[in-house]
Amino acid sequence: MGAKVNAAAAGTANWVDDRTSIGGFVKFFSRKLFPDHWSFMLGEIALYSFLVLVLTGIFLTAFFVPSMDQVTYEGTFETMHGVVMSKAFESTLVTSFQVPGGMLIRQMHHWSALLFTAAIVTHMARVFFTGAFRKPREINWLIGFTLMIMSLAAGFTGYSLPDDVLSGNGLRIIDGVTKSIPIVGTYISYWLFGGEFPGEALIPRMFTAHILLVPGIILALIGVHLFLVFLHKHTQYPGGGRKNTNVVGLPLFPVYTAKAGGFFFVVFGIVALVAGLFTINPVWNYGPYDPSPVSAGTQPDWYILFIDGALRMMPGWIAGHPTEWVIAGYTLSWNILIPAVILPGIFFTFLALYPWIEAWATGDRGERHVLDRPRNVPVRTGIGVALISFYVILVIEGSNDIIANLFHLSLNDITKVTRIGIFALPIISFLITRRICFGLQRKDRELVLHGHETGRIVRHEHGEYIEVHEPLSDQEVWLRVSYDDLAPLEIADEFNARGVRRKGYGWDRFKQRLSRFYYEQRIQPVSPAEYAEAQHHAHH
Amino acid sequence: MSTEEKQHTNSQQHADGQWVDPGLPPHRPRRADVDPKAAKRAERQVAALFGLSILGTIATLTVYFVQDQTEEVASIRLVNILLGISLCFAMLGIGLGAIHWARTLMRDHEMVEERHALRTSDENREIAVQYLKDGAEDSGLTTSRRTLLKGSLITAVALAPLAILVPQIGNMGGDWNVSKLRHTMWAKGTKLARDPDGTPIKAADVTIGSVFHVIPEGLNDLEHGKLEEKAKAVVLLIRMDPRDLNIQPGREDWSFDGIVAYSKICTHVGCPVALYEQQTHHLLCPCHQSTFDVANGAKVIFGPAKRPLPQLPIAVDDEGYIIAQSDFHEPVGPSYWDRLKGTSPSPSASQEADA
Amino acid sequence: MNALARRRYSKSAPVFLVLILLALLTAIGFAANGSPAEASTASADDIAEGQKLFAANCASCHGLDAQGTEGVAPSLIGVGAAAVDFQVGTGRMPAQQSGPQVQEKKPQFDDEQISQLAAYVASLGEGPAIPTDEMVDPTLGDPAVGMELFRTNCAMCHGSIGGGGALTQGKFAPNLWSTSNRHIYEAMLVGPQSMPVFNDANITPENKRNIIAYLDFQQQGSPGGLKLGSIGPVAEGFWGWLVALGLIIASTIYVGARAS
Repeated sequence: MGAKVNAAAAGTANWVDDRTSIGGFVKFFSRKLFPDHWSFMLGEIALYSFLVLVLTGIFLTAFFVPSMDQVTYEGTFETMHGVVMSKAFESTLVTSFQVPGGMLIRQMHHWSALLFTAAIVTHMARVFFTGAFRKPREINWLIGFTLMIMSLAAGFTGYSLPDDVLSGNGLRIIDGVTKSIPIVGTYISYWLFGGEFPGEALIPRMFTAHILLVPGIILALIGVHLFLVFLHKHTQYPGGGRKNTNVVGLPLFPVYTAKAGGFFFVVFGIVALVAGLFTINPVWNYGPYDPSPVSAGTQPDWYILFIDGALRMMPGWIAGHPTEWVIAGYTLSWNILIPAVILPGIFFTFLALYPWIEAWATGDRGERHVLDRPRNVPVRTGIGVALISFYVILVIEGSNDIIANLFHLSLNDITKVTRIGIFALPIISFLITRRICFGLQRKDRELVLHGHETGRIVRHEHGEYIEVHEPLSDQEVWLRVSYDDLAPLEIADEFNARGVRRKGYGWDRFKQRLSRFYYEQRIQPVSPAEYAEAQHHAHH
Repeated sequence: MSTEEKQHTNSQQHADGQWVDPGLPPHRPRRADVDPKAAKRAERQVAALFGLSILGTIATLTVYFVQDQTEEVASIRLVNILLGISLCFAMLGIGLGAIHWARTLMRDHEMVEERHALRTSDENREIAVQYLKDGAEDSGLTTSRRTLLKGSLITAVALAPLAILVPQIGNMGGDWNVSKLRHTMWAKGTKLARDPDGTPIKAADVTIGSVFHVIPEGLNDLEHGKLEEKAKAVVLLIRMDPRDLNIQPGREDWSFDGIVAYSKICTHVGCPVALYEQQTHHLLCPCHQSTFDVANGAKVIFGPAKRPLPQLPIAVDDEGYIIAQSDFHEPVGPSYWDRLKGTSPSPSASQEADA
Repeated sequence: MNALARRRYSKSAPVFLVLILLALLTAIGFAANGSPAEASTASADDIAEGQKLFAANCASCHGLDAQGTEGVAPSLIGVGAAAVDFQVGTGRMPAQQSGPQVQEKKPQFDDEQISQLAAYVASLGEGPAIPTDEMVDPTLGDPAVGMELFRTNCAMCHGSIGGGGALTQGKFAPNLWSTSNRHIYEAMLVGPQSMPVFNDANITPENKRNIIAYLDFQQQGSPGGLKLGSIGPVAEGFWGWLVALGLIIASTIYVGARAS
């Protein structure tokens, strides 16, 4: 039986290869090596939750009706019976209440969306802190960044589809933000909604975006993203035998086929469990969208919450001065533009361009395939923590009424604190993080020079007590001494031999200043000479 | 770590005053690699996990066919939990089985592969550049007499997408009539009615401390555009002790007996402002916490909004019903660029009270 | 009753009248599955007892004649039995300190004392009465109609299913899940503390019952499983990160770890 199957398989393979030269493809891919570390699987969590979204999404499209036509609910669910609602809302109720398994699939879809966005952010943080965005992976960073933005679009259009009061108020807010854009705001609003808010065009349009345009773009970008990972080969953590010129790991077939393939089922299973046990987005409690009602605790899904927090934080009046100006009769709403348009714009642009910003400070050192331990790049790590704390403060402010209610605080006080915190906390967290990194690096130096403390005390003949230190192994030493010790950039002289200021000096000077910010304060790794001296001392 | 692995070969580390890479750590075999009984046990564990998955699939299908879900809360919840747990086993079984197999039985001896520089060789780059140059020459565009060709090509290609984009975008905006934002359904004599049932409100019904959620009478009868009109026309009718109400200058006849009416659409980004605190007379918007002081012209006292809520001038008709005297004197809802330009619905001496 | 009215009758006549009325109404009440004493059937004893309780526990803020104290406590003339039943029955009154937010706490008085206080305050001026059991019976209400009214009038402060919500400056609208149906009715009618007044012309008695039916329906829990506090997307995001992502990251560590 085995031989027959083998023959059949060989025959098929030859047939296909005769027509496609797939043999080369198999040769390229099947034994590709991937280094083994759990933190490399975070991107996979995003990928698999996306697959779960697609699979559950296809199920949902069989029942969802993307129409804002009004109908009366015929089902017997007590609080919805006889209520007038849009077909979009009705079909959501039918899916949840009348289709067996419909509630489960719908909840899996929504929990998976929260997981997708959370995994993307976690994966992005891992890539940032380990420096995996450096040459040649800058393009992949941009692709990943775009995927992150697309995931926000997918989530937002998705949870707005049921046309309920909670997401409808979210759309109202988007309409308000859009209208505040100077000159063209009202026209963009009319374009989006097909006229006045709420209109009848929005749900069908968002449906098309949600099931076709956005997933299409995401799938295409995932394809490029993964192709580049294969082409560049995966990065690896520093360690013995791992160089910039090799990759050490296990082959795609069979090891990662099993591990990564199996992992998909693990993600699927955990999402199914969470969806079976926990309610998410109970639209029947919010009711069909109407511009009049609103409920306490009106927030968007977590990944949009930072914009809501920014909108809450921005004051309409600062010390008696309005943040909405009227100039020659035209209204300029800084109180909306700053938190909802300008601030996210700056934040995301900085994030997207980060590989280039750091490259300006570092200069071109060629391809980097060995990752950094975060402690060895204190400024980058500090910037990362500052960015995260900035984001987290916005999320906290977005939840301010929830926090106020849960912990019996005043939401006005929370807002006042976050208004200060948004400026203070990133700076403080940068400084503290950088300091911690220096501390960790010093500790590594200590360890290399003097070894592990064993807690064993020995008394010498001449009465001296010492603690026995266990020297580090080769591998442990190598891990702690093999990082790049980067000095600030040197630049050519300002003036040439004839005293003329050279072109491009200004830009070079900027890069040098940036480089000093990054690399002037640094802890150097233990050198072999220092190590030898320490060993020499230890033997006394 | 075992002692043999801790090699402190000092000589290796000091070659040329540079650190020397100690190479890959020695491979440690797993129990299943050396002990056939352990391998067999691992195999049985993997099979058991796959078996768990099969049980999970059977359970899922059983629940699906056996369930008799009604639209009762408990019934929906039960089916949901059962399907969720069995689906979890069905999937987790395969996942954990495959992973356990990879961890215990599959190769775990690391391999090494060399990386090649990504850039194409200089030689190939030169050839590529040469091909491009050849192609440019073959196109006949390299002589300077072809500027007309190039110019007209670029112009045509740049303009062509407009033929699609302009109708595509243009058709999506409805009637593009943004001036509709200036007007609501409220007009002289429109009765204030309860939201959502639409019955008109008598002044005598509005006792001190009351809040009525209000729509214009006739809104519920609209065949088209009901939600669009409602999105601009919703109003809060509040009565406070007249001694607490500071009537704004120029608006003396817009309210009576401490009964005031304000637009319910927040002037920040348009959420319904509805949290009225009876004792402080503060009105809180739940979306971004803009707070308005109803006793003082609904001006902003906290939060991101800048403008006070527009006030609806109201009066009582001869039957005792509360009516509007006119539309709002300014566009309701969030700000937009030309909000203050153009004719306002009811030009009057009292403009919005703000700094 | 004011002094002028009292002088028109003999001293004992009101007592007999009230006793007869009480007997009549008690009989009717038994027949119709009656309710606890309504204000109008309170005996003069109840009113007298109530006055004593009032003088001892309430007058320090509300004044001996319940006329109120400026800046401290409002006048109670005309607030009716319903207000007293609510405030004292939920333990909000006697309040530890004055202010717009008065917290629910363990009631200081038992049911009999509460009805005596209610009778006394009701006797001071006509005001909303305590609802009957029938008026607050959720099985007689329509939860769908109740929900529509709840989301228009109540959800913005109390949350979409009555879980509670924040107001300004540390005030909050409380969670309604363990509030009795009668107290819910009374709160709507009376408009206690920061809550607006929803008189019977605004929300009719039938509609108040519908709202109670809606809240009662929510006691069945959620058809989707555990409720996570019904806080909304913030809680969902929090648990999604903690539980879902946490479990999955734990499994990645398992995948990446060496087997023994």
